Amino acid sequence: MLKPSDELREKYLRKDLLPSMFCPGCSIGQIMNYTVRAIDDLEMDQDKLVFVSGIGCSSRLPAYFEAYGVHTTHGRAIAFATGIKVTNPDLQVIVFTGDGDIAAIGLNHFLQSIRRNIDITVICVNNETYGMTGGQVSPTSPMGFKTKTTPYSNIEHSFNLSFLAKAAGAVYVSRWTTAHSVQAIKAIKKGIKKKGLAFIELISACPTSDRRFPEPKDYLNYFLNESIRYKPHCEDELSSHVFKNLNECFTAQDEGKLIVGEITDLDKPDYHELYKELKERSINEFWKKRENTD
Amino acid sequence: MKEITVDELIQPKVQFVTGNDAIVYGALLANCRFFAGYPITPATEILESMTQYLPLLKEGYCIQMEDEIGSIGAIIGASWNNVRTMTATSGPGFSLMQENLGYACMTETPCVIVDVQRTGPSTGQPTKPAQGDVMESRWGTHGDHNIIVLYPNSVQEALWTTIRAFNLADKYRTPVVLLSDAAIAHTRERLEIPLEKEVEIIKRIPVTIDKSKYHPFRTGYSVPSKVPEMDRFGNKYHTYLTGLTHDWKAYPETNSAEVHEKLVRRLYEKIDDNRHDIIKYEEKYLEDADIVIVCYGIASRTVYSAVETAREKGFKVGLFRPITLWPFPEDKIYDISLDIDKFLVIEMNLGQIYHSVLEYSKGNCQVESLFTLGGQLPREKEILKKIRKR
Ligand SMILES: Cc1ncc(C[n+]2csc(CCOP(=O)(O)OP(=O)(O)O)c2C)c(N)n1
Ligand code: SF4
Ligand SMILES: [Mg+2]
Repeated sequence: MLKPSDELREKYLRKDLLPSMFCPGCSIGQIMNYTVRAIDDLEMDQDKLVFVSGIGCSSRLPAYFEAYGVHTTHGRAIAFATGIKVTNPDLQVIVFTGDGDIAAIGLNHFLQSIRRNIDITVICVNNETYGMTGGQVSPTSPMGFKTKTTPYSNIEHSFNLSFLAKAAGAVYVSRWTTAHSVQAIKAIKKGIKKKGLAFIELISACPTSDRRFPEPKDYLNYFLNESIRYKPHCEDELSSHVFKNLNECFTAQDEGKLIVGEITDLDKPDYHELYKELKERSINEFWKKRENTD
Repeated sequence: MKEITVDELIQPKVQFVTGNDAIVYGALLANCRFFAGYPITPATEILESMTQYLPLLKEGYCIQMEDEIGSIGAIIGASWNNVRTMTATSGPGFSLMQENLGYACMTETPCVIVDVQRTGPSTGQPTKPAQGDVMESRWGTHGDHNIIVLYPNSVQEALWTTIRAFNLADKYRTPVVLLSDAAIAHTRERLEIPLEKEVEIIKRIPVTIDKSKYHPFRTGYSVPSKVPEMDRFGNKYHTYLTGLTHDWKAYPETNSAEVHEKLVRRLYEKIDDNRHDIIKYEEKYLEDADIVIVCYGIASRTVYSAVETAREKGFKVGLFRPITLWPFPEDKIYDISLDIDKFLVIEMNLGQIYHSVLEYSKGNCQVESLFTLGGQLPREKEILKKIRKR
């Protein structure tokens, strides 16, 4: 049973900032809703919750949550989040970012934090464009896409951020469109609970700046009709809507399909666990050395 | 497991060490417990030592980040856990830090940024001392802002100035830039190391107000001050931070000139109103001086002996050495200018503090300069030549 929105709004959102700044038909509001439902289901302590973001429409999300929020600089959210989580592992740190924020200016911080396996959850609003600055091309914009800065169409290949995260060694990666509400909420919950860096990519609509479709609802149809599941361990051999290997995915993606699904779920020690061990080891060594020299 | 104290960690209490060592010791004594950095000559040893010491201390963490942008981002974020934080770099890295330095100003986040200067522009000469970042430290980040910049001139002074940098950062909720240079960084000198109990720690003022009345940028609640009390993550107040212009609730306000002006003026005034507390300098022979040499940091080290030689030769020469470069000791410069014939500004750049001295002496006296480049310290012979020239 879904909890009524009013109740959740009362508990988790800053009512004096509502209505939000997001345009009608924008996916970001939906992602706010999914996140609220995820943290409510997990019964999280709002005092210990820190939302961190970079710059972009999607990065305005932390303001609306009744919790701690840090709206940092373009692309740098994960660097800030690293300092926050490392020095206070009791906090739950959730990063909101956009495709420009994380895949262009901030890509290195993203990959390095995956390598370190910092225990944070990164939720990327991938609307395949720079929404806030009015619809310029982004590293996730499809090839052939006409934008304000690719007036003759985009000749660059696009990143699939989830596969990039998987290749970098992320412990949890899930990719959906905002039309997949149930899966998105489940993914956010799983990501938050996961020890280590979890990446949730949500393909989103920016009807104002990208103007691919005349109506916001057309985005939803597009999301539902064009998405194909990536499911490496699928039982149902016959399903035509399931890909079991990455090459099939890439080909389909080049043909305009949206690959969704749980891309990775594995376990390895997170940064804090290893740091704790390192601390103990080095302190022991210090005292041993002291004894020997005394 | 038995805890290691800083007193136990830093031994013996008198050492023959470098300026970089002194900054590390000062930071640890000041209770700095998070350091994030990226290797760069001549600051690298600070990061190396921090990776050695911080894991040994309770709640101490050190991380080598992927670049300087990430380093300063990490220390700003960590500072909100009520942790004293620091990073250290040199020119190229300091340039990369500028955007987030402004973010620390705007969100009023205490942190210490060490810039061990080498010659520039660009990659310049990595091992050569210079003073070319003095204006960058004041104006490097965009927009109107205020900042505190300190610059010691010896290994011993580096230790105490580092401690002071942390205290000023917390007291005024501002980033503090600690300037050093390749010469101070790598020269060994005698260092007396105080015990932890001999070090004064000025803490941030925590938020105590009732949650219903709390606003992140409301000032003057517990003390009459333009510095807001500071919350921390994991507390109950749910503070929101943004680099956008914000009102006292911390909510973005991108259209109102009034809100912007109120905020930026307060950020200026919280530092400017307290110049007497922040500004520190050394003065010598000012009583009877006709000529006063203004110098700071490493360049001042050769000036001391030149002043003595000149005095032996009968020249009435004095010395004024700002240890706080920003806010600039402008009143002091003005006062001195009334009684002397000439200022001689000596810097290892092509004239940075020179312009401030010119500005605040208001035409009361001459302002001469001696600039050196390429890592060259000012030579006594040249200083005396300038003094002799009337
Ligand atoms: C250093 C810097 N460069 C450029 C900008 C301008 N800028 C603001 S938002 C943005 C793009 C954001 O795109 P994305 O991350 O996809 O977020 P969206 O608005 O689409 O949610 C840019 C380039 C900035 N604020 N800072
Ligand atoms: S510009 Fe696009 S991304 Fe930004 S709020 Fe409007 S619809 Fe959403
Ligand atoms: Mg975008």
